[in-house]
Amino acid sequence: MQADERTGADAEGSAADRLPDDPVLSVENLVVSYASAAGRRRAVDDLTFEVRRAETYGLVGESGSGKSSTAFAILGLIKPPGQIEGGRIRLEGTDLVGLTREAWRPIRWRRISLVPQGAMNALNPVMRVGEQIGDAIEAHDGRQDAAGLRERIVALLESVGLTERVVRAYPHELSGGMKQRACIAMAIALEPALIIADEPTSALDVVVQRAVAETLMEVKQRIGASVILIGHDLGLQAQMVDRLGVMYRGRLVETGPSRELFHHPQHPYTELLVHSVPSIRGGGDDTLTGAARRARELAAAADELAKTGIPTLRLVGPDHWAALP
Amino acid sequence: MSTDGRTPADARTPADANGAGNPDAPLLELRHVGKAFRSGRGRKATSLVALEDFSLTLDGSPPRIVALAGESGSGKTTVANLVLGFLTPTHGEVLYRGRPVAQLRGRSGTGFRQEVQAITQDPYSAFNPFYRVGRVFDTVIRNFPLASGPEDARAKVAQALDFVGLSPERMLDAYPHQLSGGERQRVMVARAFLLRPRLIIADEPVSMVDASIRATILELMLRLRNELGVSFLYITHDLSTAYRIADELIILRRGQVVEAGDPRTVIEHPQHPYTRLLMSSIPIPDPDHRWQGRIAELQAELNEDLEVPA
Repeated sequence: MQADERTGADAEGSAADRLPDDPVLSVENLVVSYASAAGRRRAVDDLTFEVRRAETYGLVGESGSGKSSTAFAILGLIKPPGQIEGGRIRLEGTDLVGLTREAWRPIRWRRISLVPQGAMNALNPVMRVGEQIGDAIEAHDGRQDAAGLRERIVALLESVGLTERVVRAYPHELSGGMKQRACIAMAIALEPALIIADEPTSALDVVVQRAVAETLMEVKQRIGASVILIGHDLGLQAQMVDRLGVMYRGRLVETGPSRELFHHPQHPYTELLVHSVPSIRGGGDDTLTGAARRARELAAAADELAKTGIPTLRLVGPDHWAALP
Repeated sequence: MSTDGRTPADARTPADANGAGNPDAPLLELRHVGKAFRSGRGRKATSLVALEDFSLTLDGSPPRIVALAGESGSGKTTVANLVLGFLTPTHGEVLYRGRPVAQLRGRSGTGFRQEVQAITQDPYSAFNPFYRVGRVFDTVIRNFPLASGPEDARAKVAQALDFVGLSPERMLDAYPHQLSGGERQRVMVARAFLLRPRLIIADEPVSMVDASIRATILELMLRLRNELGVSFLYITHDLSTAYRIADELIILRRGQVVEAGDPRTVIEHPQHPYTRLLMSSIPIPDPDHRWQGRIAELQAELNEDLEVPA
């Protein structure tokens, strides 16, 4: 699971120099904490995982599990009272922890980008969508000639299923699904190696959700990027991800291929999440009561396991790790 | 928990005493209800039809859970707001036990306000963050004739919290922010339990609740139906939960009913192309059952079937 050692100097080397099985992102022993009245509280505790080239990695957990703090840490967006207390985050060999604002500039958008949760607040409400995408492009590629830039923006919008008309639209003129597509267009504008999608469809209706999810997967494939899909909807994860990591109380309690985790969950908390989605296949009142009871039992079992300190991950199946004693 | 064993609650007397209407009338009846929202003035005025010719009868006995499903903008929340009296219909009538809801909202509506309760999507917004959780129950006790004295009130509140599996000691003195989303939603269910309502309008009650507690909330809805005879209007965009708990499923699209009936039948044999589109968009939690085809093509087919411009 270890990426090879790289110095800062060759970190900028082209992707071709690297072995294809090098992870795009490796997170090692990450600790993120927040100051509170009762001292520092760890939101992310000794987190280690990697994202491989062109894969979609799902990071799941309930509210407060640390998944959003992990995303923020990777993007260099942890602000006081939050702090990265320890660990390493490396993007294609570049160490991301402790980089200055200046050092982040060539990385954000170009090498790593974000599709935020609830696109409503992510777009600048007083700027036309086209201008916003244009700004992101020019901030990295320098001034462009107007016609060429417009052509590029239109192509980007079309690649996410939006029409040319959207270039001149303000965010409030777009539906939730269209706004989320515009955010995807912005995230892929500079063809980054890694896209972090933070609950990208959580506010959308089921039909629009599927459409946006399909668009994200199509553009990801086209530019060969890896994706971290953060979420709590296990149904959506099953549809989209190659591998899955389950976070519980700031720790990773299970990780492995999606099929393994859905069909053979080892940690009680993973089993809880996997079976918490009501199925439209079979079952009636009795099974719901059973499911509620089982969910409470599993929650208690996960809580019990955590009491003595969550153990480190151990191999429990093919490429499948779980934090079990 | 069998569906046969539904016994409506007997302790209805206080609510009935000041309740309104004809005892033989259905609990809730919507007759050809339409709602249009107007915006602008004069010649520039436009009208958005949120609901069109919508009819629904909920007998109340036996108690039933009627699910109203559809996308945002389908009109499902408009129905909820009409039933709660927050909106007045443009056409048709909304009747609670035979009387128009509009007449029941005022002073004579104490019975209505006790008998009809709402459980909302975001349990946090239902609390005042400055007051302890106990105040939610104190307010209810003060405003409705539920308890014979402080002792009885305490016992009834404890019973309500026990029903939802929460400890009164821990809950009553806590502040809302100290509770998890699931706990806050269960407090709302306990509040409803205390009031012994006949009808609960539940608008997306589990969509913001953590996975570990989702089934518990749905189970509580079933128990309220089975043990206390509460009927539900369950508003959701999630067909899977509707499938699990509803006795009847109504699919709305752009303010119109496109399909309605027994949830099993509707979901297993969807007739309307829109229902089929909704069904094919549900993300099944199994990597071996991934979405087939592309949604854009399915949507194009739908629009063709319905002859609606894309």
